[in-house]
Amino acid sequence: MDKFRMIFQFFQSNQESFMNGICGIMALASTQMYSAFDFNCPCLPHYNMAYGLGILLVPPFILFLLGFVLNNNISMLAEEWRRPRGQRGKDPAVLRYMFCSMAQRAMIAPAVWVSVTLLDGKCITCAFCTSVPVETLGNASHPLLSQGEIQRVLARIPCKEIYNGQELIANEVAVRYLRCISQALGWCFVLLMTTLAFLVRSLRPCFSQAAFLKSRYWSHYIDIERKLFDETCAEHARSFAKVCIQQFFEGMSTDLVAGRCHLPRKASADTGEASKKLLGITDQGTMNMALKSWHRCKPPLHLHPPALPSGNGLAGEGQPSVHPSAPRRETAAYYSLV
Amino acid sequence: MDRFRMIFQYFQSSSESVMNGICGLLALASVKMYTCFDFSCPCLPQYNRAYGLGIMFIPPIILFLCGLILNRQSLVMLDEWRRPQGHRKKDLAVIRYMCSSIMQRAMVAPVVWIIVTLLDGKCLICAFSGSMDPEKFVGFANVTPVQLEQLLAKVPCKDDELIRNNTSRKAVSRYLRCWSQALGWSILLILIVAAFLARWLRPCFNQDTLLQARHWSNYIDMEQKIFEETCCEHSRLFAHKCILHFFESMQQEIKLHRFTLPRQGEGDEGEEDLRGITDQDQVNKLLKTWYYEKPPLDVS
Repeated sequence: MDKFRMIFQFFQSNQESFMNGICGIMALASTQMYSAFDFNCPCLPHYNMAYGLGILLVPPFILFLLGFVLNNNISMLAEEWRRPRGQRGKDPAVLRYMFCSMAQRAMIAPAVWVSVTLLDGKCITCAFCTSVPVETLGNASHPLLSQGEIQRVLARIPCKEIYNGQELIANEVAVRYLRCISQALGWCFVLLMTTLAFLVRSLRPCFSQAAFLKSRYWSHYIDIERKLFDETCAEHARSFAKVCIQQFFEGMSTDLVAGRCHLPRKASADTGEASKKLLGITDQGTMNMALKSWHRCKPPLHLHPPALPSGNGLAGEGQPSVHPSAPRRETAAYYSLV
Repeated sequence: MDRFRMIFQYFQSSSESVMNGICGLLALASVKMYTCFDFSCPCLPQYNRAYGLGIMFIPPIILFLCGLILNRQSLVMLDEWRRPQGHRKKDLAVIRYMCSSIMQRAMVAPVVWIIVTLLDGKCLICAFSGSMDPEKFVGFANVTPVQLEQLLAKVPCKDDELIRNNTSRKAVSRYLRCWSQALGWSILLILIVAAFLARWLRPCFNQDTLLQARHWSNYIDMEQKIFEETCCEHSRLFAHKCILHFFESMQQEIKLHRFTLPRQGEGDEGEEDLRGITDQDQVNKLLKTWYYEKPPLDVS
């Protein structure tokens, strides 16, 4: 548990590490998915290729899209792309940088799936078993009926239990041939991907390093700014709610004071702190009324300036507004109700 | 857990340690990859050699490139090499030192793969079984050349019907494996001796240049890291200021359009955080303005 927390903290330490962590987890998830997946070749002439190539190509596409979905920055990119210009210009280089870095990370899990699939060999064996060169590997002169019949026999190569073409071409020979081709393709694919990654990474400092530094700084900036804005808004909402609720209770307490026949006994100075927190509500009936009022008739989202502390508990003179529900709508002309 | 944390912290402590750690991880990954890889020799005359030698040499190239990609210092070195001179002279000795240390670390995983392959023997058996001299082996004596080629190609596949009962199959296999292992151990021995000599004899030549180069290459690496951290710190402060300015400008706009000024009372502790925005409409306007008109990037 501790180890997990430490690794988690290491990856959280900065944004890029976090993204790399997600990327690595998805790559591991893709190998795990492949080993958990129960590959079942249909062993029928036209279905084999569809199934084999489908398993080879559809999950990578899904993983690629998933890589984008799991990346928090996609909404940031979309927002930056679609926002109106306002007082701040838009820099296409920054957008390009964000998109490229997201696309690169999203490509890793699909590449891992394709490599693992090719190196394992089952997909290619299933997809291309009908195209095995029977002349070189087996006895093409075997008196079999028709092309269709040969195709049907060859299609059963991946399913050893039902294979009946041992005289045409030995099962192991065909499987080994197809697997060799598949593994060669797999290694070439991995080599190609690695070479591309190496070129992208090493050629970049040779060209436009300064522009790259600029784009990277501003893309981090946009991310940090968005997070800080969310935090500031959350803080504001918290304070807003606190003051709103305080004013609600004060309003309740003032109502009670106005409606009572006798003055409430002023609390003595020594119990100051606790009684201040009670906000003037000191018995069950009053509390019930406050709760009911909170449910039935929530106060408007409008904080009036704080009431001056009055000395004797009476609704004092000189206060701008005591009634909490008095709408301050003299500014309605400026702010439209959204 | 404590031990793991200590090891982790040790490796994080300096950039050289980090690189050594990555190098070690890649070497372990290469061994794991080899054991997970399902080696299946095609046992066909023209394909055997290509397959065997391919498996022996292509993954090392991949591992070498991975070692270069994963090493942060390679970017730093490239940066240092290609930067314009500016006010700081470029020291070729430092660049050469960085280059050689990167190459050395990147070579470890490929060498591990090649040695493991040779010591295991399957690759060489697959690649060279077709080039065996049939005179040495009794089981291949009276066979036509075409059939000989086929038979020899099938030696790596034990269960093939043509070769299953051949008396010399195991002999060829053992012979090739012996050569393979001998080659593997020799390469390992030569490399270890070379490393040993290099480390022992290095202080005899140019020790002071070496110390300088190592110091300055560490410096460049550290400088790059600190620059990135400072930029992050700066952008955080910039964003903070920008948002505060935005809230203040909103507050001023509100003050401008209000007929009565808000009371600047002593207020509760929540009041300062509200920054003068105390109404649903005001909050909505603030959020709308944030989207439609982001403030300029200027906090002077």
